[in-house]
Amino acid sequence: MVNFFGNAIPNLQPYSDPQYFVYLLIAVMPLAIGLYYGKRFKIYETIFSIVFIVLMFTNDKLGQGVALIAYIIWQLLVVGVYHQYRIRKNNSLIFYLATFLSIVPLSIVKIMPTVDHGAQSIIGFLGISYLTFRAVGMIMEMRDGVQKDFHWWPFLRFMVFMPTISSGPIDRYRRFEKDYDHVPDRDKYVTMVGKAVQYIFLGFLYKFILAYFLGTIMLPEAKQMAISAGKGLSWPLLYVMYTYGFDLFFDFAGYSLFAVAISYLMGIETPMNFKQPFKSKNLKEFWNRWHISLSFWFRDFVFMRMVFVMKKRRLFKKSTTYSSVAYVLNMLLMGFWHGVTWYYIAYGLFHGLGLMINDWWLRFKRKHLKWLKPNWFTQGIAIFLTFHVVMISFLLFSGFLNVLWFVKK
Amino acid sequence: MEKEVLAILENILGEDLSNQMDDNYFDNGLMDSMATVDLVLALQDKFGINVPVSEFDRSKWDTPNKVIERVKELADN
Repeated sequence: MVNFFGNAIPNLQPYSDPQYFVYLLIAVMPLAIGLYYGKRFKIYETIFSIVFIVLMFTNDKLGQGVALIAYIIWQLLVVGVYHQYRIRKNNSLIFYLATFLSIVPLSIVKIMPTVDHGAQSIIGFLGISYLTFRAVGMIMEMRDGVQKDFHWWPFLRFMVFMPTISSGPIDRYRRFEKDYDHVPDRDKYVTMVGKAVQYIFLGFLYKFILAYFLGTIMLPEAKQMAISAGKGLSWPLLYVMYTYGFDLFFDFAGYSLFAVAISYLMGIETPMNFKQPFKSKNLKEFWNRWHISLSFWFRDFVFMRMVFVMKKRRLFKKSTTYSSVAYVLNMLLMGFWHGVTWYYIAYGLFHGLGLMINDWWLRFKRKHLKWLKPNWFTQGIAIFLTFHVVMISFLLFSGFLNVLWFVKK
Repeated sequence: MEKEVLAILENILGEDLSNQMDDNYFDNGLMDSMATVDLVLALQDKFGINVPVSEFDRSKWDTPNKVIERVKELADN
């Protein structure tokens, strides 16, 4: 790629290093002062957002920036035209078509590397998945008749909200708009700033200390050891599993804490993405604590809709069949969303089947094991088991097994 | 109507909730996404009210009393 600007213009990847926070916090200061005095400086906020988004796509990322602009225009057209249609009519086919068109760019980006030997599609950019979730959510809420109006500027503001543009959390349009239109009162804003400071420091610990140590120092060494130990089950492979699993958590949870913190400083209560996932007592609880904004998105827009349609048409005789089918399809789709490789799909299937078994166990326990009262021992076992099921799924997710088993060395 | 709502809930959750009208049944694990869909469908059948699943804001539906309140609201419209 030709470098149009020379190196005079820096490239700033969101939350990638401590220095980024220096720039970001200085730039956000006027907004914070405004909010403290009950005012939202909308023009300043727009400029602030544009500057930081542009800095994400400078130098060799310029192509991605162009892709982002094209993508935004595409989504504005799809959602805007569907809205115009939905005012007058409500045909299911048109709804499916709009959803399909909204997902097309993401699908191309995800499928391309699989069919073209790992080549990245030129229409891809950092954050395309998260933008797609927001746009598709909009279309579904219009279909349901709960999202009645559409204005391109607020929609755009929601889609490219700077703190969450690249990796979520995935907010909902109406929730976001409510925050945006109401400036929090001073007490509340002071509390939000307090939380923001706490989250930023916790995020530093997670991302720049723990995830750095786990991912950059321990993990490469663990992988080397596991490769030398051979293809079967080995102690070093377990070491890879734990290291990768914790690295994944601290890296992503740290990132999400930053995104939530900066949103709070801007007076927007972006939802939290993680709630101590490793103390879950079963897989269902895990998905209420892990990457929450994603799993709730799937719950509301995929799982519930699927169950609703299937039940309305009375597809199955047994009521438990509905949840089993919906779990597997829902998680498979989530697997595909991560990318079209065998290990992402296997990860989705693993969790789909896991949720099915989990549900079956909960029903069995309620029916036949009434005498079994939860105590520290049973809960300890439950947490231990859930944790390890999750860790095994992360090992699958990491793609390391692919390297270990199928990549020629 | 309150009795009918309670009967629907008992049918779905397998428990009589008439002595826990303000208990959050999502928190104690009785209600989940599946049961939610059952509830939406049953309310549609019984009272002819439409609650889109994407509109289902859990915090507004998380106790028997709140369900009764919502049904009254929606039936009036």
